Amino acid sequence: MTKTLFSDDHEYIRLEGAVGTIGISDYAQNALGDVVYVELPKVGAKLAQGDQAGVVESVKSASEIYSPVSGEVVEVNAALANDPAQVNQDPFGKGWFYKVKISNDTELQKLKDETAYNKYVQGL
Amino acid sequence: MNNAAQQVPPALQKTPLWSLHKELGGKMIGFAGYDMPVQYDGMGVLKEHLHTRTHAGLFDVSHMGQCLLTGAVDPALALEKIVPSSMTGLEPEKMRYTVLLNDNGGIIDDLMVTRWDDKTLLLIVNAGCKEKDFAYINKKIGSQVKLQYLADRALLALQGPQAEKVLSLLFPIASAMKFMTTTKVIYDGHELYLSRSGYTGEDGYEISVPVTFAVAFAKKLLEYGEVKLIGLGARDSLRLEAGLCLYGHDLDEETTPIEANLKWVIQKRRREEGGFCGAEKILGQLEKGTSRLRVGIKPEGKAPVREGTEILSLDGRKVGVITSGGFGPTVDGPVAMGYVESALAHEGTKLQVMLRGTARPCEVAALPFIKPNYKRD
Repeated sequence: MTKTLFSDDHEYIRLEGAVGTIGISDYAQNALGDVVYVELPKVGAKLAQGDQAGVVESVKSASEIYSPVSGEVVEVNAALANDPAQVNQDPFGKGWFYKVKISNDTELQKLKDETAYNKYVQGL
Repeated sequence: MNNAAQQVPPALQKTPLWSLHKELGGKMIGFAGYDMPVQYDGMGVLKEHLHTRTHAGLFDVSHMGQCLLTGAVDPALALEKIVPSSMTGLEPEKMRYTVLLNDNGGIIDDLMVTRWDDKTLLLIVNAGCKEKDFAYINKKIGSQVKLQYLADRALLALQGPQAEKVLSLLFPIASAMKFMTTTKVIYDGHELYLSRSGYTGEDGYEISVPVTFAVAFAKKLLEYGEVKLIGLGARDSLRLEAGLCLYGHDLDEETTPIEANLKWVIQKRRREEGGFCGAEKILGQLEKGTSRLRVGIKPEGKAPVREGTEILSLDGRKVGVITSGGFGPTVDGPVAMGYVESALAHEGTKLQVMLRGTARPCEVAALPFIKPNYKRD
């Protein structure tokens, strides 16, 4: 069974065993507008929760991506280099950013589940 | 994800079209003290930009300052003290781009000047500079000339290859007009100022409309299938691809028109006679050059390079800074402008930009980045 959690900074992490797939939420892609460039971390990079993991750029502005959990980057979505618009079109599918091997499960408690996140976003 | 560009300062002013923007899905942001649409629902910056380049985009630019300069004598004489362009040489219904100068030759604002007749000029200045411009002009022009702010006028821009087709259906004269000319037309009992100009690199018009008629006129234009409302986001990417300066970013009070690569605004007579604020410095720079120049910068690859990014020589020395930069939807890649040391300002010079701690290749590029589509003849 998969479970998706969200950070207050609008990254999501979809959990599949010890590995999490990270991207930005539908709210985030909509707020950002047309994504034209994504800078991803390197495979093998070790990120702490809250570390800057990359950058997502729209025509107008650049926004930082923060890692929602600590762990090692095991895969990145190289297809975004040629098709960054997937972040807008399919944020939870083809628009994913990178996968991380989670090093500390307890950090997940700081994240929101989908219901709590949707409520959070409505208040913004 | 953290988007710092979304904070809206309080107590923003509204243009006459504010309700229409809200009604038509405008995503509003604070800009130069106004609550303005940055993009519209269902479109977005990318689509709005491309629509303007292929069809016709309608922009609300009512935040800009429209004013008349009138006098018992030709107000151009007074204006020439604070701008380096020939104003007395401007013929009726012609317009000219120029810059307002301080005593050091620095640029207080960039503006459009239209001549109506031998006693009247129309000035259009930047929204964020209105108050300081008016105070400065009033201080400098003397008692024989009067500056009158046209608070009762809105300003719309219709830009793109299909602008002529649409506007000439309402005003047959529109198709006969040439780039940088203005004329007064009557529509539905209202006096409109129609000028063939803009800020996108496309053919198009700016239309000054009485505030009371602005919404009805905008709706009239939006009845045409070719016309869509375009927000400030695309306005910025369009002008950047067109190599046009944005005041406060590419131009400021510490920068002269020579440094800004705008020496073409100084006509021959003004170069010979001087007689404007900062003339000694500016004419000296015209002769001897400047230490830095505004250039186009084309970053290699796909990563946009933003304002404030350092420009380095190939050996890693800081040689300049990016003043405007982003993604050019028509170019389909990053485009930027900035200032570099004059020795490195030649087109094709290989340089680097410092992006998030990594030096990346770029080169000095010719401006504009796109082929302009102005109706010159």
